[in-house]
Amino acid sequence: MSIGERALGASTRPLPVTRGRPRRRWLPVLALLAPSLVFLALFTYGPVVRVIGQSLIIGRFAGDGTIGFGNYHRLFADPHFARAALNNLVYAAGTIVPSLVLALALALALRETNRFTALLRTFVVMPLLIPLVAAAALFSFILLPGEGLLDFYLHKLGIGMVNWLGDPDYALGAVIAITVWKNTGYYMLFFLAGLAGVPQDLVDAATIDGAGTWRRLRSIVLPLLGPTFGFVVPIALLNALTQVDHVVTMTQGGPSDATSLLLYYIYQQAAQNNDTGLAAAATVISVAALLTLTLTSFRLIERGVHYES
Amino acid sequence: MRVDGRHLALLAASAAALLWAVPFAWMAVASLRPGVPPDIASLTPAGPFSLGNFALAWTSGDFPLWYLNTIVMCGGILAVQLATVSMAGYAFARLSFPGLDLIFSAFLLQLLLIPPLLIVPNLATLVSLHLYDSLLGVMAPYFASAFGVFLMRQTFRAIPRDFEEAAMLDGASIPVLIRHVLLPLARPGLVAFSIVSVTAHWNEFLWPLMALSSPSHQVLTVGLASFASGAEAGSAWGVVAAGTFLVAAPLLILFLVFQRRFVSSFIFSGIK
Repeated sequence: MSIGERALGASTRPLPVTRGRPRRRWLPVLALLAPSLVFLALFTYGPVVRVIGQSLIIGRFAGDGTIGFGNYHRLFADPHFARAALNNLVYAAGTIVPSLVLALALALALRETNRFTALLRTFVVMPLLIPLVAAAALFSFILLPGEGLLDFYLHKLGIGMVNWLGDPDYALGAVIAITVWKNTGYYMLFFLAGLAGVPQDLVDAATIDGAGTWRRLRSIVLPLLGPTFGFVVPIALLNALTQVDHVVTMTQGGPSDATSLLLYYIYQQAAQNNDTGLAAAATVISVAALLTLTLTSFRLIERGVHYES
Repeated sequence: MRVDGRHLALLAASAAALLWAVPFAWMAVASLRPGVPPDIASLTPAGPFSLGNFALAWTSGDFPLWYLNTIVMCGGILAVQLATVSMAGYAFARLSFPGLDLIFSAFLLQLLLIPPLLIVPNLATLVSLHLYDSLLGVMAPYFASAFGVFLMRQTFRAIPRDFEEAAMLDGASIPVLIRHVLLPLARPGLVAFSIVSVTAHWNEFLWPLMALSSPSHQVLTVGLASFASGAEAGSAWGVVAAGTFLVAAPLLILFLVFQRRFVSSFIFSGIK
């Protein structure tokens, strides 16, 4: 049992209903899970099998397909794919670390509810409520060279013009900044929820024992936030792979592949080049990487939580 | 000393929060400025102001249709999800038998394997089910929700068993137990899930972009993307701001009105 569950006072006593004969125990469980399982089979498990199959069929047209690893050979020989994978690693690190650190810092600073902190929270959470394509529309203007908002105010400070989205050195950074702006509020809400589960008397006791702010954070608050990290980190990892809407609408992966990400590459191959085999192979590799990374982070965090308890 | 640190933290948080609000401030100000003013970037212009950009955006885009399609999509997804996640959440929170943990892990896989990631096989599935280019086709992959099941499992677990045990002694069946005993107590979890679900699907872009082709089936995000690229090409930034506002406004307004509820629904400490 994790700390979070213990803090919430949950008990793990089995219900009387589960004490019947083994055959009868399956019935309610099956009935309750069946609706979800049907849709999961159709749109989660089925597609994984299907995409592996699609990735192994060589030849662009159905019918002349032979089975083999040709798509994977083409994929690994494609410099655009290598660039997209590398960019995605930078994008993941560049979005997850700053937005989680910021979110936790803001949650700690704004955890006490009064009118002022509520207003500040509102500002930080607002980007969560708009589509990433809407954020892209706003930032298309903010980052516009010359008359755009950033240049307009930087010029007043005497700083020169930068073509944020047009310069291969800055474009990925600009895309990362938009994602951090968009996600921080979302993670902050989860941290606020986690902080609300930290018993105040525990913190007070530590204060009386002479523990400083940093010490209380490290020894009490962060360990108790373990379960929160347990689902915020996987969500953040997933976002790093799936949030590419602004790349689709703002940069189209450019300039010269500087903002191409894995899912954008897949979208390009599937929607623009009609190369299902290559898109499927890229999907298999991306999903495998995501599963490995997420399960690893999940394990590490879970283990951390158990050690602390 | 302690008070000072707290004030500093609050000051830094205030600065960050104000910076966070700048794109919204620009959107609001620019959307009200007619024509193509040279200082369109200014957050404190002198005027004049008008609602002309909204009229322009409304007539050059298909906003009524996009709103309707988006509402049908979000409502349909949520209605089915509330049923599926309550049922599965209960099973994982309260029932126990060998292999249940394994099935739960299998459920959690869906947290990762979301439709935009599986574009290629999911499109093939939609075609074979004759659901390509239909709103039902966009909705169907979301009818099961691992996130919802996870949230409801946690919510149900936080509810003391005494209520259920009393109802069970009175002979209540599992469906009655879920609907009349647990769900009323699980409202914070249900509200939190609904907010997250509607927000996610209102804002989703890549999957509807791929799964729909007819203009008559488009949703707000896809409509905005084509609308904005047209207006940007003409440097009509006021119109872009107005169109973006039209897409973002419904959720933003709901959030501002029910702000405390929204935030506190995520902070479901409330086992009262």
